[in-house]
Formats: sequence, structure tokens, C-alpha cells
Amino acid sequence: MYSLFLGCIAPLRYPGIESATRQVLSALNIKYNELEGASCCPAPGVMRSFDEKTWLSIASRNLQLSEKKGTELLTICNGCYGSLFEAAHILEHEEGMRGKINEIIDGDGYNGTTKVRHIAEVLYKEIGVDEIKSKVKDELKLNVAVHYGCHFLKPSKIKKLDDPERPTILDELIEATGAVSVSYKDKQMCCGAGGGVRAGSPKVALDMTRNKVDNMKAAGAQCVVTPCPFCHLQFDRGQKELGEGYDLPAIHLSQILGLALGVDKSKLGFESHVTPVDPIL
Amino acid sequence: MADEYVKPDPEFTKRVIEAGGDTVNLCFQCGTCTGSCPSGRYTAFRIRRMIRMAQLGLKDEVLPSDDLWYCTTCYTCYERCPRGVDIPGIVLAMRSIAVREGFMKEPHKKTANFIINNGHLMSLKDEHKALRKNNGLEEIPPTVLMYEDALNNVKDIIKKTEFDKLIGGA
Repeated sequence: MYSLFLGCIAPLRYPGIESATRQVLSALNIKYNELEGASCCPAPGVMRSFDEKTWLSIASRNLQLSEKKGTELLTICNGCYGSLFEAAHILEHEEGMRGKINEIIDGDGYNGTTKVRHIAEVLYKEIGVDEIKSKVKDELKLNVAVHYGCHFLKPSKIKKLDDPERPTILDELIEATGAVSVSYKDKQMCCGAGGGVRAGSPKVALDMTRNKVDNMKAAGAQCVVTPCPFCHLQFDRGQKELGEGYDLPAIHLSQILGLALGVDKSKLGFESHVTPVDPIL
Repeated sequence: MADEYVKPDPEFTKRVIEAGGDTVNLCFQCGTCTGSCPSGRYTAFRIRRMIRMAQLGLKDEVLPSDDLWYCTTCYTCYERCPRGVDIPGIVLAMRSIAVREGFMKEPHKKTANFIINNGHLMSLKDEHKALRKNNGLEEIPPTVLMYEDALNNVKDIIKKTEFDKLIGGA
């Protein structure tokens, strides 16, 4: 059983990602409940950059909410996954840290038992590519540029999901829909948004985004798929900021799976995208 | 004349180590990090240099610099470092010291204040509520936005850690 951790960007800016996730979980018979009263994870780049103790305390509160329900915590964002996974790791392994943080958070404290999951690895490991393939209703005829984002696989020393330099998890999941994952230059490179760079140094962030999108388009991609709403936001809104010629639709993993599993398109939230998705629908 | 250029502060290195940068002295300056750094492709930011400045305690060069805020925390340097230096951890440690010394960008202050006031990175406006409804979702997500007690719990944490004082008003 999972508790669905929404984060900020999906529910508040791209509700289609939240809606698609709920539909995909149901279509694949994955049971989940709500994590009532959860907050921002909080964001690894901005919050952790400012004050480690506050970052760890708020993260600990979110982990505690899932612990009380006796569920695994299911994230749909690399930022939430990165923050909560690392916080859980620190609280489990750094001696004395949990005691210090439990003096700050409310209630009985956090006992250090919550397992933090990312929807992409749950789909890959618990459901499996073959099972997903068997449930595809509309095979997609698309060339997809897969963007892993940074905090899904890294730091690999603690995440232990896949080779961070040459991973295949997402490519396999996306190819289960019938789409083709194209190979492109600097595929493992960052979108540019993380670490507070989008907010603090937007031009630097956009330089990275431009490089990624140019390489994706050069390889013949028709859209970019990410498992992270923040990368998604950077590609979707960033391209408008880059201007003419930047029109590669950005799609979240849950949305592309929704398309393939036959979820009603009106429930996938494409109207909230700044870069139009119509060309591939 | 050298002292005109360099004012090392060994205390700064100690502070970086205490704030989570405890692997800083393992760095032997090979440059694998700089060669892997996406921000380094587009700016003059050189992460190897930043780590060396941390080792030498060059506080006055590190803390006010824009370079400190160009790291996206992509972890590529950390993955490839032959010495196992937690480079992003050192950057985060130095950023948190910079914030304590009053070096913080306005947009970052604004984001931090959203969390202080709403428990989320951003607000939920009517247009977003309408979008949620159109997608078959409740207008307000079942987070701190729906439960006032939960938001107060987050606010209590922020009061206890004095994060609100650290950031100051927007």
C-alpha cells in the first residue's frame, strides 16, 4: 500500500500530472491512499540550500505522516523523491539525528521506517514492463526523448536503482507504450532548473534547457518525457522563454502512460501546458 | 603584497565541514567535477576552484559570489569524483553559511517565504482551482492547503528552527 505524495508543482501548476497519475495507478490496480496534510517535501535545492535543519524537519514530518498510515510513500517528482529519500536516509543512518529532529516536529516523532518510492521505479519493479505492455490500449507511434532528470537515480550510492550514466528503466517503460526512445547527445544532462538555478539565475537555467531541446530535436524527437514535474515545467515554460522554434511538447511519465492505457485525454491536463501538446495527440 | 589578494580564514573551512562538507579535504583537485559540470559549460563557474577555496578558507571570495548559486545539484560531479567528495553537500553547506551572513537572492527569499506562509512552493489561485476541477480533481488538494492544523504544524516547525527569522519578510 502506498500514500500518494503530491508535492507542489503537480497539484498546483500541472494538475493533469496528478490526474494522470491517479488514473494510471487505478488502471494498473495499484492501491494507494491520500497523504492528508502533507506539505512541500521541502524542495531540495532551495530549502536545503538555506537551512538543513528546517529542510530535514519538514521532510521528517512528511515521512511521519506516511509512517502513521503504515504505507510506503509514493512520489511523482524527482525533487520530492530526492528530498524525502535523502532525508529518510539521514534519519535512518546518522546517529542521534532523529532524536534531534523529533524534538522539533509534532506528536510522537518519526521512527525512521518510511520507505520512499518513485512512481517510475514502482512501475518498473512492482508492475513490470511486460504487464504494462499487456494493458496498452492505444499503441503510441512516437519518437520520444527521455529525460531522466537528476534526482531520480542520483546519488546512485544510496538510490541503487540503475546505472546513472547509462540507465534504461525509463526507456523501457516508455517503449512499453509502443513509442521509440531516441538516443540523443547529452541525454543524462540536467534540464537546468534544479538547485534554485531557475529561480535565482534563469538565464543559466535556460542555456542548459536550450542545449537539451536542440539535441532532442536534432535526434528527431517529437516530445520530451520526464518523470519530474520540475523538469517538465522547465521544458514546458522554458521553451516559451526561449522563443521561436522551441515547440517540443513536454509530457510527464504518468501522462504518456495515460495516453497509452486509454485514459480520457481530457483528464490528462494538456491544456495547462504552455508549449502545445496538440501536434502529438 | 600577497595579503592584499588572499585572506584565508581557517575558521571558514571548519564551518563548512560542520555544516555538512566533511569530505572537503579529500579533494586532490583533479578537475573531473569541472569537466562534468553542466553550469560550467555556460558560465565561468568552476566547481573545482570553489572546492579549493573552501579548503583554503577563502570566505570573502566564496560567500558573496554568484557562482555559489549556479550549481543545479545534478550530482554528476559526485558520481564521478574519484575521491568520493560530496561536492553538492559542500555547495549546500557554503550556501547555508552565505544565507546566515546575509547573502541571499531576492527570488530565493520569495520562494522561502511561500513555504513559510503556505507550506508549499507556490500559491493556489482561482485559475489553478478551475484547472484542477476540469481534470476531475478536488479544487483544493488534500495537503496543508486543505487542513489548517497541518499547516500550523509546519508553521510551528519553522518557528522552532527560526527559519522565518533567518529569511526575513518578502
